[in-house]
Amino acid sequence: MTNLDATVADLGLGPPSRDPGPAERGPGRRRSRRYSLVAPSSALAHAGTFGKKAAGPALAVTYLSLLVLLPVAALITNAFSGGWHTFWAAVTQPEAVAALELTLVAALIVAIINSIAGLAIAFVLVRDDFKGKSVVSALIDLPFALPTIVAGLTLLALYGANSPFHLDLAGTRLGIGAALLFVTLPFCVRSVQPVLAELDAEIEDAASSLGATRRQVLRRILLPSVLPAVLAGAGLAFARAVGEFGSVVLISGNIPFKTEVASSWIFSLSQSDALPAASAVSIVLVLISLLVLLGIGWARRRFDVPETV
Amino acid sequence: MQTRSPHPSTPGARSGPSRRAFGRVLGLAALAAAPLALIAVPTAAGAQTGGSVNLVAYSTPKPAYTILGTDFAKTNSGAGVTVSGSFGPSGTQATSVVDGLPADVVNFSLEPDMAKLVKAGLVSSSWDKNATKGIVTDSIVSFIVRPGNPKHITSWADLVKPGVGVITPNVFSSGSAKWNIMAAYGAELALGKTSAQAQTYLSQLLHNAVAQPSSASAALQTFLSGQGDVLLDYEDDALYAKSKGEALDIVTPPQTILIENPIAVTKTASPSAKAFVTYLLSDAGQKVWGQQGYRPVLPSVAKQFHFPQPKTLFTIDHLGGWTAVNTKFFDPQTGIVAHVEQSLGVSTASG
Repeated sequence: MTNLDATVADLGLGPPSRDPGPAERGPGRRRSRRYSLVAPSSALAHAGTFGKKAAGPALAVTYLSLLVLLPVAALITNAFSGGWHTFWAAVTQPEAVAALELTLVAALIVAIINSIAGLAIAFVLVRDDFKGKSVVSALIDLPFALPTIVAGLTLLALYGANSPFHLDLAGTRLGIGAALLFVTLPFCVRSVQPVLAELDAEIEDAASSLGATRRQVLRRILLPSVLPAVLAGAGLAFARAVGEFGSVVLISGNIPFKTEVASSWIFSLSQSDALPAASAVSIVLVLISLLVLLGIGWARRRFDVPETV
Repeated sequence: MQTRSPHPSTPGARSGPSRRAFGRVLGLAALAAAPLALIAVPTAAGAQTGGSVNLVAYSTPKPAYTILGTDFAKTNSGAGVTVSGSFGPSGTQATSVVDGLPADVVNFSLEPDMAKLVKAGLVSSSWDKNATKGIVTDSIVSFIVRPGNPKHITSWADLVKPGVGVITPNVFSSGSAKWNIMAAYGAELALGKTSAQAQTYLSQLLHNAVAQPSSASAALQTFLSGQGDVLLDYEDDALYAKSKGEALDIVTPPQTILIENPIAVTKTASPSAKAFVTYLLSDAGQKVWGQQGYRPVLPSVAKQFHFPQPKTLFTIDHLGGWTAVNTKFFDPQTGIVAHVEQSLGVSTASG
């Protein structure tokens, strides 16, 4: 455990018991967990055991209320300030529907692609030793650190009309996808990496020596262990992609019905003094995202028990 | 810390590293706070002298205000006064002030944003009852084209030809875009078209839009990245970009709208703030505006500059005034532009 983990645990926010999570099962080589800022699945899976001390939950709930619930409540109040009719008109307006559709579909596709790519990259980073590995590892966090509007400008220069690769993705849905892939990759790598790092390679070796093929090792041992983490990463990537604004808004060209994402439409509404409508569309976006995240959470719990080898 | 250790399996064992980690966090916090304190000191000192003016403005005049603030401090009434500016999209800035952003002087892209402050009781309803009718700078809507104007764009009719890529910001998020649309609409009326024909023109124009970025600056970035053949923009913004060495040509449309940017002091403004606005409207201030690419509102100063004169120059009042136009054209749900986008969107989706 790193110092950070220890601090978090002492504040009553971490997993209180040492009940081994799926990530830590087995006598594995315990590598230092450098990337624990993205909650490993074990911490999330055992969130239910918080209630042993009274102070912990109280603190957590107060903090959550101030930071999350209060703004959400304000959002809902705002959205319905003009009544149900205004709310419905705002969320069924064709431009809003088109923007919501585009955003959600793009976010889903991006989350799926990056989950696969993220798993592959995490695997390489954990299992392979090569020169410059630490640099590559640091690079992955770059999209986190880069202000999104700078990312947008960079992507526009790279994939726009003056693209050095002769790709003109400006004003296309592919351009939106490229921007979202860029900003969401760290989630998919960083949520899988610590889990992979703690997996015991010896178990895979044992399976191989017992005659399992590469495919079987992958399917029966590796995937079941990392799947919850992959899904967690996919959830984070999806959520980020749904709300992404800065990196997308330049390369998308922001053409209504074609490349206008929901966050951009919401921004336009807020600029047009239509805050209730902006809040209404936001609520739909948040609700659908919540459903998707709940679905992912459900799937993660389902897969959290690895199949017996 | 130790007594409420939630790790029953390892009591006490955590306290060592945890204390170290806690110390490290404190150290980091102190490091992070240090520069903040340094920044806060001069600001606080400025506030104490009472010579600070909070300016809240739309984004394009930022470079001009850097010069104007310095020059104002050299005048008698401005001696020792610091102008600190906040710049951003006009609509956002107006909303921020309504929601509590401290402001002594407000300068917006267009009048409806000032109306928000009047409605909120922050700016006197007689803000436009002065010699310049509350306007500090004029400009026009211009065409920005590629160097040498390879697509030969000289008139509004050229913008709707097939294969011409137009960039104009999204009307619902950008004040600049509203000026562009009203310039196009008014130009058609000036050419003798009916209101219905002018609306059809708007539809054709937006059909040719290859990007509708969220703001004027995003639109300029998009254009400079190589997208599109023509960008509709404030003349002053175009002149500034050109002065920065960007590769572009400016075409003055034969018919265009006179952009008028309103300025006002808030009801709580200090005498320094009022002096600053007086300076901005003085011969000296207007000369700086002119050098920065804005059309001075004082005729005596405007004469010193040689801005191109379009054949027909109309104002928003010719089109019914901002209050009427804003609802009729730019309501995101019922406005003409919303309907145009929707009909275009339907054809896009089916085609």
